[in-house]
Amino acid sequence: MLYPDTVEAEILVHKPWFVATMFGVVLLLFMAFNMSGTSFAELMRPVIGEPSVSGLYGRFAIAFVIAVIFTLNVVLIGFAPLKFQIGIVWLELLLLFIAFFETFHLSLPFIREKLPFLISQGVVTTLYVSAISIVIASVIAVAGAVAKLSSNGFAYAIASFYTSFFRGLPLLMQVYLIYLGLPQLGFVINAVPAGILALSLCYGAYMTEIFRSGIQSIDRGQWEASRSMGFGFALTMRRIILPQALPVIIPPTGNQFISMLKDSSLVSVIGVWELMFLARTLGQKTFQHMEMLISAAMIYWMLSICLELIQSRIERHYHRSKVR
Amino acid sequence: MSAPAIIEAKAVSKWYGQFHALKDINLTVRRGERIVICGPSGSGKSTLIRCFNRLEAHQEGDIVVSGVALHGKMTNVAAVRSNVGMVFQHFNLFPHMTVLMNCMAGPMWVKGVSEKEARKTALTFLERVRIPEQANKFPIQLSGGQQQRVAIARSLCMKPDVMLFDEPTSALDPEMVSEVLETMTGLARDGMTMVCVTHEMGFARAVADRVIFMDAGQIVEEGTPDAFFGHPRHDRTKLFLSQILKH
Ligand SMILES: Nc1ncnc2c1ncn2[C@@H]1O[C@H](COP(=O)(O)OP(=O)(O)O)[C@@H](O)[C@H]1O
Ligand SMILES: [Mg+2]
Repeated sequence: MLYPDTVEAEILVHKPWFVATMFGVVLLLFMAFNMSGTSFAELMRPVIGEPSVSGLYGRFAIAFVIAVIFTLNVVLIGFAPLKFQIGIVWLELLLLFIAFFETFHLSLPFIREKLPFLISQGVVTTLYVSAISIVIASVIAVAGAVAKLSSNGFAYAIASFYTSFFRGLPLLMQVYLIYLGLPQLGFVINAVPAGILALSLCYGAYMTEIFRSGIQSIDRGQWEASRSMGFGFALTMRRIILPQALPVIIPPTGNQFISMLKDSSLVSVIGVWELMFLARTLGQKTFQHMEMLISAAMIYWMLSICLELIQSRIERHYHRSKVR
Repeated sequence: MSAPAIIEAKAVSKWYGQFHALKDINLTVRRGERIVICGPSGSGKSTLIRCFNRLEAHQEGDIVVSGVALHGKMTNVAAVRSNVGMVFQHFNLFPHMTVLMNCMAGPMWVKGVSEKEARKTALTFLERVRIPEQANKFPIQLSGGQQQRVAIARSLCMKPDVMLFDEPTSALDPEMVSEVLETMTGLARDGMTMVCVTHEMGFARAVADRVIFMDAGQIVEEGTPDAFFGHPRHDRTKLFLSQILKH
């Protein structure tokens, strides 16, 4: 939440100029589309007659009705309490989204048939590849951040070279480099470990910077108090600095986790049977690409939502020591 | 003077780059002594007492604390630091821990004391600074004066040989100054060895064995409170005292 003002302003969606502008914009927008072929036009048949021959009048009538419904909807939602507003708006956007997918005429039986395999093979692989990579990336990030903050020339040089290199290359290229390049050096590496390695190294580099700035955000006085009590470097870091840096680190790290979950799809190019790979291949035989892609998309989204929820729980936990 | 020396500084000099922050400092603090250091802002008071637990490094001269010489290659700096309590102007409590945990952390993690023992010690000292009922709160839920008293208790839990105070009341609202000074006076009465950087002249008069005046990195004058406040010898001391006592 932003800092709330204690003086209530009039709600934006109830201001006449806003309502009028919104109405006008929606009206013009839908006038610009030819809606005469849609099922909504069919519903309007009693008013405008045969939709395809209703001409400008039909267009206007359809756009007008839509604008009225839209505006009324927004104004009414404006009266609801905050929690309801959020819920209703989410629901409506979701319905619009489903309506959009409806237009693809997806074959539900096909989805139902393939879904168990998509989950048992694809989701499981995606999850464990990302989970392992996330853990390794976090470990790399702590080490990298400490190295970048240290006064040891070697440590700094290695860490900054590492972050520069792995942030500078496209992840897809890193996946290829590791999978195809390491065997050249004599390390034959399987697709799954190669994918995990690429993801860990790439995300470790981004998270190194996040951890570094988090550690730096802690007041010098904390170091001084800790050192003055005889805590060593490792103890100070582990018990005093990192726990305080976590609330600063967690929101951007949550972003990284969500982003990694989806970027794990890049390891499909080296033949790992994760979600994206299966989504592309399962529908191929019968040319039902959309079914699988949209199912996979929904699964990715749901997994991300889970991560978002976990993140907000953790943030709430760390909020404790900040409130009076 | 028969009591053993706890802090001995001999001909100490310190530079920040080109800037000569401490110039030929000689000072001995004996067991049970209460010393007050005052002087204008930037005169090197904080720098000096931070050299006593080697939060800062000195470049010339010797500092010996409880018989251990402080220098860049020492291996037992943690042992020395755990024997020297320090209280900061801005408290520097650990905000992510409860008051009780702030007090238990040092004994448990540095001295290897058991949790039960550490809790007992922590509660004893929280009692002593008169805030046992706040034990399970977080530092931010306490007033400034209470936070500073927790910081004092946290240091005491390490059972230090000497306590260093760096302007412990300067960041406090006026009505909270006295509760912290009372706590410090109590400590002094119980025989704690103390080095206090402070401008609270009432406290200095009542508690100090010696008052030291620093200016521009040097000890300019030093004496008993009576001599120091009654008959300051140097012009710089007189000027400083007149400025600080004007109000
Ligand atoms: N880390 C530092 N780097 C450079 N100069 C410093 C540093 N710390 C303190 N100084 C300088 O040393 C002098 C003494 O500082 P300090 O001991 O904090 O003074 P006091 O506590 O008496 O107000 C000041 O002039 C200050 O600017
Ligand atoms: Mg100071």
